[in-house]
Amino acid sequence: MNTSDTSAAAKSKAPARPRLADTLELDTRLLGMIGAFIAVLVVFNLLTDGRFLTPRNIFNLTIQSVSVAIMATGMVFVIVTRHIDLSVGALLATCSAVMAMMQTAWLPQYLGLPLGHPMIPWLAIGAGLVTGAVIGAFQGWLTGYLLIPAFIVTLGGLLIWRNVGWYLTNGQTIGPLDPTFQMFGGINGTLGEFWSWVLGIVATLAALGALWVKRRDKLSHGFPVKPLWAEFALGGIIAGAILGFIKILNSYEVPVARLRREFEARGEVMPEGYTEVYGLPISVLLLIVVAVVMTIVARKTRLGRYIFAAGGNPQAAELSGINTRLLTVKVFAIMGALCAISAVVASARLTNHSNDIGTLDELRVIAAAVIGGTALAGGLGTIYGAILGALIMQSLQSGMAMVGVDAPLQNIVVGGVLVLAVLIDIIYRRRTGKG
Amino acid sequence: MTPLVDIRNLSIAFGGVQAVDDVSLDLYPGEVVGLLGHNGAGKSTLIKILSGAYRADSGEIWIDGKKATINSPRDARAYNIETIHQTLALADNLPAPANLFLGRELRTMFGFLDDSRMESETRKIMARLNPNFRKIAEPVSALSGGQRQSVAIARAVYFNARILIMDEPTAALGVHETKMVADLIKELKAQGLGIFLISHDTREMMELCDRVSVMKNGQLIGTERVEDVTEDDILSMIIMGKKPEKAA
Repeated sequence: MNTSDTSAAAKSKAPARPRLADTLELDTRLLGMIGAFIAVLVVFNLLTDGRFLTPRNIFNLTIQSVSVAIMATGMVFVIVTRHIDLSVGALLATCSAVMAMMQTAWLPQYLGLPLGHPMIPWLAIGAGLVTGAVIGAFQGWLTGYLLIPAFIVTLGGLLIWRNVGWYLTNGQTIGPLDPTFQMFGGINGTLGEFWSWVLGIVATLAALGALWVKRRDKLSHGFPVKPLWAEFALGGIIAGAILGFIKILNSYEVPVARLRREFEARGEVMPEGYTEVYGLPISVLLLIVVAVVMTIVARKTRLGRYIFAAGGNPQAAELSGINTRLLTVKVFAIMGALCAISAVVASARLTNHSNDIGTLDELRVIAAAVIGGTALAGGLGTIYGAILGALIMQSLQSGMAMVGVDAPLQNIVVGGVLVLAVLIDIIYRRRTGKG
Repeated sequence: MTPLVDIRNLSIAFGGVQAVDDVSLDLYPGEVVGLLGHNGAGKSTLIKILSGAYRADSGEIWIDGKKATINSPRDARAYNIETIHQTLALADNLPAPANLFLGRELRTMFGFLDDSRMESETRKIMARLNPNFRKIAEPVSALSGGQRQSVAIARAVYFNARILIMDEPTAALGVHETKMVADLIKELKAQGLGIFLISHDTREMMELCDRVSVMKNGQLIGTERVEDVTEDDILSMIIMGKKPEKAA
């Protein structure tokens, strides 16, 4: 984000030698965001004498970011189509309430499934997804077909769904949730060392394969490609980032007391010197899957193309035969389904459903999308940007908490960063003429 | 010979304003019919009915001697009607290939967008229409007025239009680019397309069109062959809203 000066300077000079970022075909804005993220991490690491960038804290940072990051990917679509969704936190609460009640009351009472039955978590998640998608689609219908501004529809939704959740549970905290369900929360469900490595290697191969396929495709059409060394450099960076991340997560050891409890629960005795690591949390894997799917939808499907076209010029989209009303319904339905996925992660992390779950998440989600470069004027935004935005926000918040900044000051700083990030983005766009 | 398009008694009103009032018009293959009139005369509204953006209150559209039902831009495209709108109707945030194929994307066998094929097709057609066109990958907001225009024209020409509607295609263009559009119109006409052309430039219309129709206040004042009338006759039709004296 703070590369605007250098890129503007480079633009004004004659394009004699291509810049490094151009040769690598890297998005300068993405580089700026990654730079800002790394700066935040390094500064807090210095301020905390190295306590910030420990495997344990990085593990915690990622699992704390997942719920907001998942919803932020959907918020990108909503904002790109020039709408807004203020109801995501409340919708998360309703989905969470439905899933909690399914697990603890409705399935056991009405279907006679005993608590702990293997089908319970999956039926509950299915019900939550349907709830989220249907409520989202309904709000999209109000916006797209009845032409009520999304701001109003979802402001109403914010009040309505928070309290529908309340009625579903009579205001009670519902827990503990099903043990399998809890595995989606983070610390209670991790892949362990072996499977984390397997996944990291598979992901690396997939990323390198995608790079190779893209290059071959470009060559077959006679399009210009980047030099081979640039291709290898990019592949190296990607492989290093994925495997490095897995390495860090695989360095976080499960506390001995917890391991001993697990052995005792199985009626065994823990061998002396036995250790185990957490590895990749299932919730983070879920976020990665959501990110990949949403990126493919955004870039490689008609739906995604129409979302961006309608956001760039709604009249042009309609004149091209795109049903922009139905498109609005689809966008809000996707947002609703993602709220349900976030509800799984959020309630599983807490091991119970409480009334205030997801409170103020709408603001965090919108802020993550906007910090990630989604323009409120519509038509511009990226999935990876929104996820990075969520990570930056969570890092700021936990970093300040770790340094011991007062809670009120933490919010003041986060608010300031939000406004500043958008300002930098506006300046960047004005100078580069992009958007 | 059956007309390519036969518009019969079309009318449309917007909240009490009769934007198009009982207009009948036809178009033959290989013919250019010009629509003239003041701003607000109903030209753009008329062709927006033909291109599916508006639905007429009454009247019929016949294509190739058969009654056509055009309720949406998609329907119009199914009849091979392509439109270059006055506003160009481009999504500014997307690059040229995405705009060219908007609503009709090429896809791979797995159903995903085939961006490479769309890009290579775009390069091909742009090489023909505007050889100076280079910015394939940039959003069209970064293009000049003439380049944007050629993207909009490419979109209409690419899909084998039989009926082409051009609403002020040269309004934003320089002298050189205007000539390119004029040459293109002649070329397409020679290929047998029927073209409805809207413009304010009477001289250009006299040069490019076979017939011109003049509209005023939503009504059709008259349709004349260009060789039968002078530029002054046309101007007086536009201003006075009356047919010229044939006796003269």
